[in-house]
Amino acid sequence: MKIEIDQVRCVGAGQCVLAAPEVFDQREDDGIVELLDDVPAEEQWAASREAAQLCPAAAITIHED
Amino acid sequence: MPDQTDGRETDAPVVVVGAGAAGLATVDALRAGGHAGGIVLVGEEAHAPYDRPPLSKQVLAGTWEPERVTLRSVDDLAAARVDCRLGVRAVGADPDARTVALSDGSVLAYRDLVVATGAGARRLPFGHDLEGVHVLRDLDDVLGMKAALDRRDGARVVVVGAGFLGAEVAAVARDLGSEVSLVDTLELPLRSVLGDEVGAMVADLHREHGVALHLGHGIVSFTAASGAVSAVVLDEGTELPADLVVVAIGAVPAVDWLRGTTIPIAGESPDDGAGGIRCDEVGRAGDHVYAVGDVAAWWSPRENRFVRLEHRLTATEHARTVSRELLGLSREAAAPVPYFWSDQYDLKLQAFGLPSGGDEFRVVEGTLADRRFVGVYGHAGRVSAVIGAGKAKAVRQWRQAVAEGRSWDEVGSTTA
Repeated sequence: MKIEIDQVRCVGAGQCVLAAPEVFDQREDDGIVELLDDVPAEEQWAASREAAQLCPAAAITIHED
Repeated sequence: MPDQTDGRETDAPVVVVGAGAAGLATVDALRAGGHAGGIVLVGEEAHAPYDRPPLSKQVLAGTWEPERVTLRSVDDLAAARVDCRLGVRAVGADPDARTVALSDGSVLAYRDLVVATGAGARRLPFGHDLEGVHVLRDLDDVLGMKAALDRRDGARVVVVGAGFLGAEVAAVARDLGSEVSLVDTLELPLRSVLGDEVGAMVADLHREHGVALHLGHGIVSFTAASGAVSAVVLDEGTELPADLVVVAIGAVPAVDWLRGTTIPIAGESPDDGAGGIRCDEVGRAGDHVYAVGDVAAWWSPRENRFVRLEHRLTATEHARTVSRELLGLSREAAAPVPYFWSDQYDLKLQAFGLPSGGDEFRVVEGTLADRRFVGVYGHAGRVSAVIGAGKAKAVRQWRQAVAEGRSWDEVGSTTA
């Protein structure tokens, strides 16, 4: 799995951090997403998918292969 | 998979009516969860599913090409074996026969019906036939408004309604160089949701940017010249010259096609579901009928009432919950905490929970004057919501207090 984020689309909701805190963080002031791990280990896959699904700005893309 | 619970043949597809964010998220969650049966997605607009929040922000401002709001192409939906019927409206449903009638004359049988028809712009009882009077709800509405702004440098724009949409549109129009007036019957922008203190901050922000605020006044009529609006007349007699008027006075859930069926529709009061489809706490409105997104008024155990929200995240959360029901999966324990945001000029407001203008309010970090702050709302002795600007991470950390309904007194003691 490879994760791609779009910081321009991001609205700073922080849902990704709530879903997958090992994979995503957000900037202190504007809350824009920061990727901690773009190729997460398998135990983070489900949480990462959930983060992508929850994102209200469709700013997270998951490449499964 | 066919379900035989009531002995009926149920190879019929899941029919999702409404191809906005909530409808699309339902389809996605069904496929992601392993639903192998048919799915039909019905959308009134000809556009492929797109995202609405950027419309009044980046699209109107022109910083995003309109294509950028597309959430999924029709090809991608076809690849996921979703039968897309775009440019077609649902005109009726028969929950006993489990069918939906469409505007093209076809009738679809469903295994389960998911209503995701959203909400339409509320209109004034007059004036919408005049050229230059706009509502902003759909992509086409926004592109029409944008074209009108582009045609006329320094256009005089009157925004009627200082809620989130009105305040955002006023900010974008001002940034584009228009002369902007913002009118509301309430004394402050966003007052009914965010209260006096945040409302006053937003009012100052708009004043600083040169927006003329006309608060505490309703509009009584438009003045027109050869079929085009030329002024807005306020109830105290003021005439505001206008080349363009944006009516942003709220949204009405798209439920008319279901009136007269057994599908329950809430009363208009915001405390009673605000005219949406009444659902239980997992989105069920009746046998094999669910509703998600802006149109849906779900029972909220936390609030002890039906709550209808027009938030982007709520659409996704509804879709996830309903898809779990349709897939026969266990229910998720924690009820989600609503989230919304609003961009005005450089200010980004972010909030968790359900703030109300009548709640108690306290700034717990930063200051409103600096527009870098975290503020919390209290209702019935509990933390009901948190809002902030320029402190996104801190706002998210306060979300937990909202989720657990932390005692309001505890908030008091931390800042005393």
